Amino acid sequence: MPALLDIRNLSVTFETAQGPFRAVDQVDFSVDTGERLAIVGESGSGKSVAMLAVMGLLPKTATVTADVMAFNGHDLRQLDARSRRKIIGRDMSMIFQEPIASLNPCFTVGFQIGEALKTHLGLDRAARRKRSIELLEAVGIPEPAQRLSAFPHQLSGGMSQRVMIAMAISCQPKLLIADEPTTALDVTIQAQILELLINLQKDTGMALVLITHDMGVVAETAERVVVQYAGQQVERQSIRGLFEAPHHPYTAALLAALPERAGRGRLPQIPGVVPGLGDQPDGCLFNPRCGYADDRCRRVVPPRTGPELGEALCHYPINGEEAA
Amino acid sequence: MLRFLLNRIAVLLPTFIGVTIISFLFIRLLPGDPIELLAGERGVTPERHAQLMHMMGFDKPIWQQYLTFVGDVLQGDLGQSIVTKRPVFDEFFTLFPATLELSICAIIFAIAIGLPAGIIAAVRRGSVFDHTVMATALTGYSMPIFWWGLLLIIVFSGTLGWTPVSGRISFMFFFDQVTGFMLIDSLLSGQKGAFASAVEHLILPTIVLGTIPLAVIARQTRSAMLEVLGEDYVRTARAKGLPPSRVIGLHALRNAMIPVITTIGLQVGVLLAGAILTETIFSWPGVGKWMIDSVSRRDYPAVQGGLLLIASLVMLVNLTVDILYGLINPRIRHRR
Ligand SMILES: Nc1ncnc2c1ncn2[C@@H]1O[C@H](COP(=O)(O)OP(=O)(O)OP(=O)(O)O)[C@@H](O)[C@H]1O
Ligand code: SF4
Ligand SMILES: [Mg+2]
Repeated sequence: MPALLDIRNLSVTFETAQGPFRAVDQVDFSVDTGERLAIVGESGSGKSVAMLAVMGLLPKTATVTADVMAFNGHDLRQLDARSRRKIIGRDMSMIFQEPIASLNPCFTVGFQIGEALKTHLGLDRAARRKRSIELLEAVGIPEPAQRLSAFPHQLSGGMSQRVMIAMAISCQPKLLIADEPTTALDVTIQAQILELLINLQKDTGMALVLITHDMGVVAETAERVVVQYAGQQVERQSIRGLFEAPHHPYTAALLAALPERAGRGRLPQIPGVVPGLGDQPDGCLFNPRCGYADDRCRRVVPPRTGPELGEALCHYPINGEEAA
Repeated sequence: MLRFLLNRIAVLLPTFIGVTIISFLFIRLLPGDPIELLAGERGVTPERHAQLMHMMGFDKPIWQQYLTFVGDVLQGDLGQSIVTKRPVFDEFFTLFPATLELSICAIIFAIAIGLPAGIIAAVRRGSVFDHTVMATALTGYSMPIFWWGLLLIIVFSGTLGWTPVSGRISFMFFFDQVTGFMLIDSLLSGQKGAFASAVEHLILPTIVLGTIPLAVIARQTRSAMLEVLGEDYVRTARAKGLPPSRVIGLHALRNAMIPVITTIGLQVGVLLAGAILTETIFSWPGVGKWMIDSVSRRDYPAVQGGLLLIASLVMLVNLTVDILYGLINPRIRHRR
């Protein structure tokens, strides 16, 4: 059976005032029905852009290319805008990093949830109301009937994200993309929202793509992990494999920054930042920040290793000797 | 909401007092006085002048005159015109429908063109359409009304002969004033061609008066839309699979309207100022032309009363705008 979402060799290039900028560079994703995939990486590594490309929500300045871009039997590259609109918000939906800013301040919660129900399912007013109440209940909002007439500014961040989730699952999607759904929230709320997402995923059997920059979140939620750096996928592994034996130095550095691994004291941060427009180095993109970097890394673009090495994009993958 | 309203009204009180002072002082600061101007070429003896000034109470100290004025205003009395001897209030509201009709047409014209132009310019940012709209808006905004009015008259009334030069309707038609709105009255009269004539007479003044508000509305709409289109909730709306008409026309526009409505409200003051010039150019018998005539005759009660009424109307409109603003923006409505 083909994967629910199958993306191969996806690249996204932005036209900017300083010339073209490749924010996503030849990435692959494949997500099966009912699977949980995490995409992890620091800010600016192209996680959001890749998923927005899949949703078709990038601005006109973006050029999207891919060898394969298939979802649920549709070739996303061939779809015209109208046919794509029939899919997004229905079979494939997305929630975002800033829940409060993601809800329209001018409309009530009920209106905003009802919109998707009306557009995709053609429900009438009474049916929309009934279903909206069910949805708010499902995402753990107390007094759902009253909340329908609330405006977004009357909700907390956590509540707003719950409403966003209710909206996203309203048409029982086959795939939910959650783009850093907890980053903007309080720590205590973060865990609740993650738990909610996982429970919903298990109950409905939808696939879940969870974008995060927090390795801790990855450990608790995903089955497979893609580690992304500067637009490239530097490692792809099962969650167990990744935590037991990371192969790419970047993955290892992210794991070392986890509080429970660092032990007491200060968290070891990875020095430096993700290269942006105009400061991408030659050779391996991670070389300025990599402890293992040598001349070859600075000149030659590293090859993709095999699955036994987490498909790491590295000249000197960790544990390379043992695995070979 | 009620609290919000009361707040607004409380803020208006000092403004109102300021307006009474300004409208009272303004005309007295101009050289000349009503008696001199009434007498005209013939002149008047100093004794008679003093006598008349005394009769009208203009010889009293200025603060005393002001207090009398305010006292009368509080009792709803704006005094009589020195020239026509009719109550200022009646005079004003006989002429006001003409100004109102022109202003309404002008603002409808400005919104009907400015709003869509601004929206499309924002959606097609950087396109030829966008640049054209922006350049035209800038030109329109900087156009001197007098010059613009005369230019239109020369081209459309003179050279092309398409539109009449002045007035509200052709002399061929005569009927009673019912609503004071020529478009409605001409229809009510049942006379053939009356309505068409009224429309013809409205076209040029509407364009002239509406040009600046149009330019302002187009620019404000564009920038408000540009800002809103980059917001997360617009992306959410698109992620729901909603058609662009709904994403732009509902989700983005509703938010963009919040600053635009304020702008439109502020244009009412601009509109009334513009009406004074426009009415003068087109001999439009409204309060604007009446104010100019009254100023040149130093008709103190007419000018101070007229200014006060105009200012009150502007404040009333601004209050309405504030209420509308609260209705469209739930964050304000719910603020305690
Ligand atoms: N519209 C755009 N035009 C130009 N560059 C863009 C645009 N959108 C994103 N980028 C760039 O693409 C890169 C990847 O951005 P992206 O938002 O995907 O990062 P991210 O991995 O999601 O990070 P974060 O954790 O901050 O959300 C960044 O360098 C960003 O500046
Ligand atoms: S290729 Fe070199 S610089 Fe890049 S991650 Fe591997 S060791 Fe580090
Ligand atoms: Mg992001």
